Amino acid sequence: MKDNITPYKIRRIILEQAKRANVGHIGSALSIADIITALYGNVLSIPDPDDPDRDRFILSKGHAAMAVYAALFLKGWLTEDDLNTFCTDGTLLGVHPEHMLRGVDFSTGSLGHGLSIGTGAALAARLQRSSRRVFVLVSDAECNEGSLWEAVMFAGHHRLSNLIAIIDLNGQQAFGYTEQVIDLSPMAEHWRVFGWDVHEVDGHKVEEMNSVIAGLDTLSGPPHVVVAHTIFGKGVSYMEKEIKWHYSPMSDAEYQQALNEIEAAR
Amino acid sequence: MRGIFFKTLTELAEQDSRIILLTGDVGYFVLEAFAEKFPDRFFNVGVAEQNMMGIATGLAEAGFIPFVYSIAPFVVLRPYEFIRNGPILHRLPVRIVGSGGGFEYGPNGCTHNILEDIGILRTNPGITIISPADYKQTQNALLKTWNLPVPIYYRIGKNDKTAMTGLEGRFELGRIQIVREGTDLLFITMGGISLEVEKAARILSEHNIRSTVAVVASMNPSPIEDLMPLLNRFPLALAVEAHYVTGGLGSLVSEVIADHGIGCRIVRCGVREAPDGLSGCQDYLHDKHGLSAAAIVKTALKEIGVDKRVRT
Repeated sequence: MKDNITPYKIRRIILEQAKRANVGHIGSALSIADIITALYGNVLSIPDPDDPDRDRFILSKGHAAMAVYAALFLKGWLTEDDLNTFCTDGTLLGVHPEHMLRGVDFSTGSLGHGLSIGTGAALAARLQRSSRRVFVLVSDAECNEGSLWEAVMFAGHHRLSNLIAIIDLNGQQAFGYTEQVIDLSPMAEHWRVFGWDVHEVDGHKVEEMNSVIAGLDTLSGPPHVVVAHTIFGKGVSYMEKEIKWHYSPMSDAEYQQALNEIEAAR
Repeated sequence: MRGIFFKTLTELAEQDSRIILLTGDVGYFVLEAFAEKFPDRFFNVGVAEQNMMGIATGLAEAGFIPFVYSIAPFVVLRPYEFIRNGPILHRLPVRIVGSGGGFEYGPNGCTHNILEDIGILRTNPGITIISPADYKQTQNALLKTWNLPVPIYYRIGKNDKTAMTGLEGRFELGRIQIVREGTDLLFITMGGISLEVEKAARILSEHNIRSTVAVVASMNPSPIEDLMPLLNRFPLALAVEAHYVTGGLGSLVSEVIADHGIGCRIVRCGVREAPDGLSGCQDYLHDKHGLSAAAIVKTALKEIGVDKRVRT
């Protein structure tokens, strides 16, 4: 099952679904393809999506849900028919994830919400004396939201060691580059001063992320943040670091080129 | 209401370990008993109401019943989107407890008044809304609803001393409570202002104007089935609330009248003006906005056009 989830497969499904549905948010989803591979391929302990003691995962940057749908499909929790309803009428697979879909723990889409939910979920696990962990994937632009820092402060103060935030640090937001909009660099320092255990990784190296996360003490000590340095649109040359690909759907030619490029890099 | 609410909650928490209390750094003299008895289930999250609502959502998903508490505008308006995308969207049993309906924090100024909470929350079908009239009804409402599998908003006041005559703490979800019966005029009211309405009805009765007073503490589910026959019996109803006239009780009653073609004229007694910066005690502000017993009497007399009967 582990090898069933690869960055290539996640990227391919993202491209296929984005093309079929003719939607954007492709660059954001490609940015986290390797992080999602690490999480669903190795990190998350989810014997069954309905197991109350499973690890929780919150895609706080909900607009990248295509990457999660791809993982849910590869895990066998979502059928191909269901996957192909992405962005069609009456689907549970919208642009942003809904908790009614099996395998999605919480609905997201409004930035700045996920980390506080995750904080509550981590607190719940502690109160229930469970060793389950809570992973929250946030974007760097999302760190513009004041509510995120409320959660950072609370989790740091209460030393929620079972809470792991992963930042998709791709330096971009919907309408600009983060250093031009709100420059939060060095990102790691902001979390460190609130008492978090900080790790920086290459967000496209799955084994590195697996290894760093495996080394975290989630039973005692402070909460953890993994600052994952990523490239927006990773894997498709004309999308990389281009603001346009937050929103744009692909033309037929662009789609073919994107497929060719991820195939070549496989 | 606040005192009895948390006294009762502390008792419930003894029976049920799922109950957790979160506060946004308020509750001095109110929450200590719970905090001392259940230190592991009490969290002062700091002055961070959005995070408090998010935490409650995460706790509720794991099976807890979190109560989140602050002054009403802070616990409803600041984290409103977190309420909508949290407990309502996820259908989770988070309890939002707002202290001070209307003008109860009057001297504290406009930021502390709450005149739109019911209106805003009532637009969402997925949240139960309870606005008790007095402390006895508060206790009964809590005992009857704390375990519901849906999100709940409790709009509770600070008055723990005065009980509404004739109400005797009665509460049923989705029902009204009649506290006085008369055939000349119908008052419909909710929340702590109910005491002023009852006082107004008493004054009117001394002038041979007999009114029915109905309390609506269950704003959602709204007591439509009870309101319909009641409104059918009267040509005139006064809806009285410490709330803007839009969105709250007056709107609810208007909707019932319009939806069902009922021939009852409604007068909405509530706040109509935008904040003007003037503060003062609750009684002052009630009077200013036509919500004191005397002002309600005046409105009632004007609307029914029976000034002569009072003078005789």
